[in-house]
This record gives sequence, structure tokens and C-alpha cells, in this order.
Amino acid sequence: MLGLEVLNPGVLSLVQDLGRFGVAHLGLSQGGPADLHAFCWGNRLLNNPSNSASIEIALGQASFKALADLSIAITGADMGASIDGISQANWQSFRLLKHQTLRFSGCRKGQRAYLSIEGGVQTKAIFDSVATVVRNQLGGLAQQGQDFSHGKPLQKGDKIAFQASREHAKQGQQLVPTQFIPDYSETLKIGVIESYQNDAFEAVQKHRFYQSQYVVTAHSDRMGIQLKGPKIESPVTGIISEGIVAGSIQIPANGLPIILACDRQTLGGYAKLGSVIKRDQWRLAQAKPGTKIHFEPADLNLATQQWMTFMRFFGL
Amino acid sequence: MYPSIKPVSESAFIIYFGDHIDLALPQLIARVKARLEQLSGFALIECIASYTTLLVEYHPLKISAIELHALIESALRELPAENQVAQGKCIELPTYYSLQSGPDLALIAKAKGLSIEHIISIHSQQRYTVCAIGFAPGFAFLASVDKAIQSPRHHKPRMLVPAGSVGIADQQTAVYPTQSPGGWNIIGNCPLPLFDPSGDPITPFSVGDSVQFNAIDFDDYVSLGGQICWDWRS
Repeated sequence: MLGLEVLNPGVLSLVQDLGRFGVAHLGLSQGGPADLHAFCWGNRLLNNPSNSASIEIALGQASFKALADLSIAITGADMGASIDGISQANWQSFRLLKHQTLRFSGCRKGQRAYLSIEGGVQTKAIFDSVATVVRNQLGGLAQQGQDFSHGKPLQKGDKIAFQASREHAKQGQQLVPTQFIPDYSETLKIGVIESYQNDAFEAVQKHRFYQSQYVVTAHSDRMGIQLKGPKIESPVTGIISEGIVAGSIQIPANGLPIILACDRQTLGGYAKLGSVIKRDQWRLAQAKPGTKIHFEPADLNLATQQWMTFMRFFGL
Repeated sequence: MYPSIKPVSESAFIIYFGDHIDLALPQLIARVKARLEQLSGFALIECIASYTTLLVEYHPLKISAIELHALIESALRELPAENQVAQGKCIELPTYYSLQSGPDLALIAKAKGLSIEHIISIHSQQRYTVCAIGFAPGFAFLASVDKAIQSPRHHKPRMLVPAGSVGIADQQTAVYPTQSPGGWNIIGNCPLPLFDPSGDPITPFSVGDSVQFNAIDFDDYVSLGGQICWDWRS
């Protein structure tokens, strides 16, 4: 049934589930939430299955009108959400009543908020996913008469269906324990799994990479985080194109590192220093332009254990 | 030294099969990929083959790194000898080579001192190997273009290359499955749909397949659904 009407989609609001998997060999990007941590908490607060679709709101300025009574949750960036003018805190579930308006203003901390809805956003999947990848023209809300959705961000007037359940109406408010709520305004220490062409880089280049401060630039998006700072000299002008994982740290010809994100291309031809550990990829997704970051080597086994703990915790 | 198996993230390995482009490798990699997918069931999330590598992303709660590493080793051990590798399928692509559909034909003709007819026959006589699929959905990197017509990418990519455009970039050739920006030298157009999200398969290409371009005339091009691009913006 219909739950929300988009009054204003803001800068960029996208329907996202965990992502589109198993089709990268055909050249399709994975999509999914830029900040998996915040996304997973949103669904958990509502007792939704972990792959339920939510709305990723970038930079705020979005507003929605309730078309029915429903349970929702907001996680991730603090965008000063309010219901009919009364402020509503993040990292908790709450009831939104029919005719009420939920409004996000600008970002205070972080830059991506997740609006999760009871039962998850209902729309047609393509390749087993509703994740919106604008570049691939796949995912998102299907328009009337379409077999599948074509990768459109939310538009003014879109109506969002949810799956109502009696349980939600009875269930009390759920809160995320404070130790799981990140402070998105911190200077970031970014863990690096040294891999790919790391061995080919000169020691002096790697030293510079770890000792320097980098700044997130405004050119960053869901494809990649572009950094400003001391240049790293790549040992080669290009490599034979190879598969790239999320978090890959690519060094292009201009020497400025790019950290590839969820909408990345599937293949890349630049040398890479390694990959950013998942937890820090999610933190980077919330880093506004100007955020200062430092890199440090991460332990592969520890990072794998942490990823497994996360997957178990959220049932991924 | 090769093949070598290296972890690249919390939940991915990359397998390197060589350090230079070798047209025998894509078929070999396709075989390893198929074997590995058989052995590991639902534990693999992605398996991306490209020229000399296979990237394997896995679900660490379904298989451990140690177990997967052992499976990869066994898939590699069971590799058949090169002459026993089954040939991938051959895909024929009807292509309308013309100045109208291939505005860079004249450029290549001038740079190489060849006639346009000559360029067309060199490009369409070669049988190419699908070495990788990426850049865009269904975009297959095909090698190897005859040295006589190899041409570098444009310094400034075109803002818009129409769907079906057949391009050359150095030793590689490819068809743009959908309209996109692109820097390759465009020499013709293939009217067949090469990426259709509602199709099965959604793209005809797999790494290791071979591809043959067949020159067609304007009437055949139009009857196959080919369209004329009137506005080649640079």
C-alpha cells in the first residue's frame, strides 16, 4: 500500500537495497547504500529483513507526506528532520501519521541519511535488486506501464509503497545504542589493506601516502571519493584492466588518490595501492568536502573478522 | 610465478594469470571461472574475468578465506592443457561501415595511408577474442586489431557516441552497447541490441568468446533496425 508521497526529492534521493550482485561480469555496477552501517540500522530498527529497500537522501532538503499511518526510521547523517515542524531525532524508529509531513533541512553532520520504512520500499526488482544505479539506468521506482525501473532518482510526486504489518503498529519505539552511533564530523583515520599493485610502488611514495593529510573534494560521488593532497607517483602509466573491489585506492596519472565506491565501474586500468576496509568506506561516504583524512595500514585478518561480525550482526 | 592468488580486500581474491595480454588467456580464465563456480556454489558473490585476471568476491560466512584459497588452487590444478580448452562461442556482428556511421574512417585512412575499403576489409577479416566486459553494461573489449589499422583514442572523448558504434582503440575494438561518451575511433555501426536488461541473455558476450564483424550494406542495416546519426558532436 502507498505510504509516502515525495513532496521534494532534495538534491539526490535514491531507492537502495543491499545492491545488485552476481552481474558485475556483464559490466553492471553493484549500487547499494554508500553507508552500509547506517542503512542496516534503519532496517533493524523496524525489524525489516536486511535486504529491504530504503531511501538514501544525499545532502538533505527532501520532504515527504504520509499517505497512511506507518513506522519509519532515520539513520545516518543529521539533516535536522522534523515532522510538521517538530524536530525528530535520528537513529530511532517512530510513527508517522497520515497527512503528516516529514521534512529534512540541510546536513549538519554527515551527508547521507537513510529513511527506512516498515516492510521496505516496494517496487519491481531487476536482477534481484531494486538498487538505483543512475549510470546503468537500473533500479528505483518503476513507472506505470514499465516492466522494470530505469535508474531514476526520486521525483516530486512519486508515491512510495510499503508493506504494512500489524506488528509495527504495536511495536514500541526502537533506539540504536549510543556506542553504535558514529560522529561524522571527526577527522578520519582510514585503514588500508595493502594489495593489488602495492608492491610495485616505491617505498618513498608509500611513505608519503601514509604520512600526508588528504582532503575530501567536492568531486566525490557514489562512483568514487576524490582526494586532494600530496601526489603519489604511480610505478606505471596504466595496467591491464582488472576487476576492482569497492574501496580500491586508485592512483591515476595526476597522482591524486581516488577511492572507488558502490557505483564504480567494474574494471579499472590504473595502479592501486590496495583497498580501504569496509567500515572506513562507509565513513568516507559520510565525509563532506573538506574532511581531513589520514591513511594507515590495516590488518587483513582483523578486517575480515570485523566484516564477518558485522554480517552476522545484521544477518547479511 | 603465474597463476598467483592474492587477497585484495576483506572478502576478495584476485588471480593473476600473466603479466601481458595473451589471447590464449581469456578462454583459460573462463574455464577456471566456470570450474570455480561449480566448486563453490553460493559462496561466490562476483567473479569478474579480464584479460589476465579473475577477481573473486566471496561471502565470508559461507566460505572462509582458507577454504576458498584451496578451492581456487584445485580449480587451477585441474586446468586442461591449452589445446584442450573448448573454444567459446563465435558471435557474428553485422556492421554497416560507412562515413555516415563511422566518422573516423577518413581519419584512420589518412593516418595510415590506406583506402577506406581496405580498412573495412582488415577490420572485418580478423576474428577477435572477448577479453573483458566492463566500462558499461555489455561493453566487450575485443582483441586484437591488426597493426595496420590500430589507432589511439581521441585526446578529447566525444560527448556522445550512438548505441551500436564500432570503435578502435589501439589493439582493441568494441561496440558501444548504449549511447555514451566515448573516445574510441568510430568506424561503423552494428544494429543488433547488445545490452537488453529484459533479455535473456542480457548481452551475447562472455569472456573467452570470439567475435566476427560482417560488413553489411545500407539496406540491410536499416532493415535490421539501424539508425543514422546526423549529429556527430565532437
